[in-house]
Amino acid sequence: MAATLTPPTPRIEEPPVADRRRSPLAPVGRVLGYAVMIIASAAILLPFAWMIISSLKSNNQVFTIPIQWIPDPFVWQNYLDIWQKSDMSTWLKNTLILSVTVTFLQVLTGSFAAYGFSRIRFPGRDVLFLVYIGTIAVPWQAYMIPQFIMLSKMGLSNTLWAIIALQAFGAFGVFLMKQYFESVPEELSEAARIDGLSEYGIWRRIMMPLCVPAIASLSLITFVNTWNDYLGPLIYLRDRDLWTIQIGLKTFISQYNAEHALIMTGSVLSVLPIAVIFLLGQRYFVEGIASTGVKG
Amino acid sequence: MSTLVVDDDRRAGEPPAPLRRRRSLSLTLRSTLVGWSFILPNFIGFAVLTLVPVVILFYMSMTSWNVFGAANWVGLDNFERLLQDRSFHKALTNTLYYAVVHIPLTLGASLGLALLLNRKLKGVAFFRTVAFFPYITSVVAIAVVWNMLLSPDTGPVNQILGWFGIDGPGWTTSSTWAMPAIILVSVWREMGYYMLLFLAGLQTVPTQLYEAARLDGASAWQRFTNVTLPCLRPTTFFVTVMLTIASFKVLDLVLVMTNGGPGQSTLVLSQYIFNKGFVENQFGYASSVAVVLFLICIAVTIFQFLVNKRRES
Repeated sequence: MAATLTPPTPRIEEPPVADRRRSPLAPVGRVLGYAVMIIASAAILLPFAWMIISSLKSNNQVFTIPIQWIPDPFVWQNYLDIWQKSDMSTWLKNTLILSVTVTFLQVLTGSFAAYGFSRIRFPGRDVLFLVYIGTIAVPWQAYMIPQFIMLSKMGLSNTLWAIIALQAFGAFGVFLMKQYFESVPEELSEAARIDGLSEYGIWRRIMMPLCVPAIASLSLITFVNTWNDYLGPLIYLRDRDLWTIQIGLKTFISQYNAEHALIMTGSVLSVLPIAVIFLLGQRYFVEGIASTGVKG
Repeated sequence: MSTLVVDDDRRAGEPPAPLRRRRSLSLTLRSTLVGWSFILPNFIGFAVLTLVPVVILFYMSMTSWNVFGAANWVGLDNFERLLQDRSFHKALTNTLYYAVVHIPLTLGASLGLALLLNRKLKGVAFFRTVAFFPYITSVVAIAVVWNMLLSPDTGPVNQILGWFGIDGPGWTTSSTWAMPAIILVSVWREMGYYMLLFLAGLQTVPTQLYEAARLDGASAWQRFTNVTLPCLRPTTFFVTVMLTIASFKVLDLVLVMTNGGPGQSTLVLSQYIFNKGFVENQFGYASSVAVVLFLICIAVTIFQFLVNKRRES
């Protein structure tokens, strides 16, 4: 069903035939493969490396000719200064509140709706699901203005609630959870039904525990999306004390545009939580994306 | 999909009753209610925040409406104005430019990465992780880092080009090179995501087909064009649809990297909506631009589905 990056899952790691039949060229291909992989990943990671290196330099060392690859001296002070010069802690706090709330709501309502779509048959269900999927082709940028006006009329503009409302009810969660629910054998819920469990009970006691990997995928993807959202907060959050890390960082950049090293320090801090979460849960990211993507 | 009609009345011990008409009607009602009770919490949010705004969008596009005052019905006036609007034309051509270059490049890069990383080599999982990482990092951080990397005189990219005797352009400060710079960054950022989709697709290719092709003496290239590509068709189709929509709605990278400049050289459709709406408060006119974006995305998607259907039959 889903593909993972880790070895235990057989499907993605299955060796192509090429590796099974050893040709005299095999070692050469192997070495070449590694060489290309190493070069490719070095190229992909270079901007991040440069970001971290620059965050440890002094301002006038960031741009030198030729490039200075190792900071001299290491300016750890940047990581202390940034807390004084910016509202980093407010930004991080707001972003964390938003990401956690949105993730919780997305998983809860998304899996609930997915159960309705995948396990209960009623008239109009498939049409309704088609409407959900259809919105994938409609970019948010197309309806952000009427949405803004509606939320403003509801008095939600310039509150954190606006961002929660914006992100928490997407079709994505429903879609992803439905894919997983459908992989659970129908006999299980049938047996539970015969034992007298209600549909809500089946969702709660059978589907949810069986779909922990899906919940993990959805949680991670939603959390990261909310954390990185730039446009939503840009449009809705005016007050400084409501700003998220993305808006804060952007403002900080325009305010201190000559302080290259400090800007890089802020960037590192905005990416760091995501990097940690990603490394802890990268298996689930891939599962989520592979399972929603291909069957779309 | 093997979904059964929910039959809550059937308890343990009671034999499955033959369907009687009266009962089946109340059963349908019952499962409809249960079904809706599951969907409703999400659907309310989805309807209020997505469906209703889409409907309102079409109404708003026919009004002249700024923040103050009421919406005046102007019919198709906004759309006539669009025909004359040079900035709108610029935004439209820039968006097409972005799409036409960005889609094939990302497609090629992500498929290439997927083929490279779809083998049994030690550490391949690590490389996949690396390739995917840019996709989940924040747009603001990425944009600012790349702006610095691409800065004209002292930036590392132009310094590295200098090693090869190439005199690097001004990138985001040049109206010719600003769009290529944005495309470069977005390909770098997104290829890992589409690579994952291709990797998942590659696993559905039956290995027997490769064996058979090999027995027939097919070369590596022939195996790629005659086995891999045809089997990947559903994935390629899906990736193309997603990439096209993503290209037409591009905004945040542009906002943070160039803010549409220099001049209007990187002004894209979404940004024009954003500017007209949230900067100049012309909600009505901005909505008519949004309708254009909406229709383009729907039309492209439908077109691609039709082409795909035709190819399959």
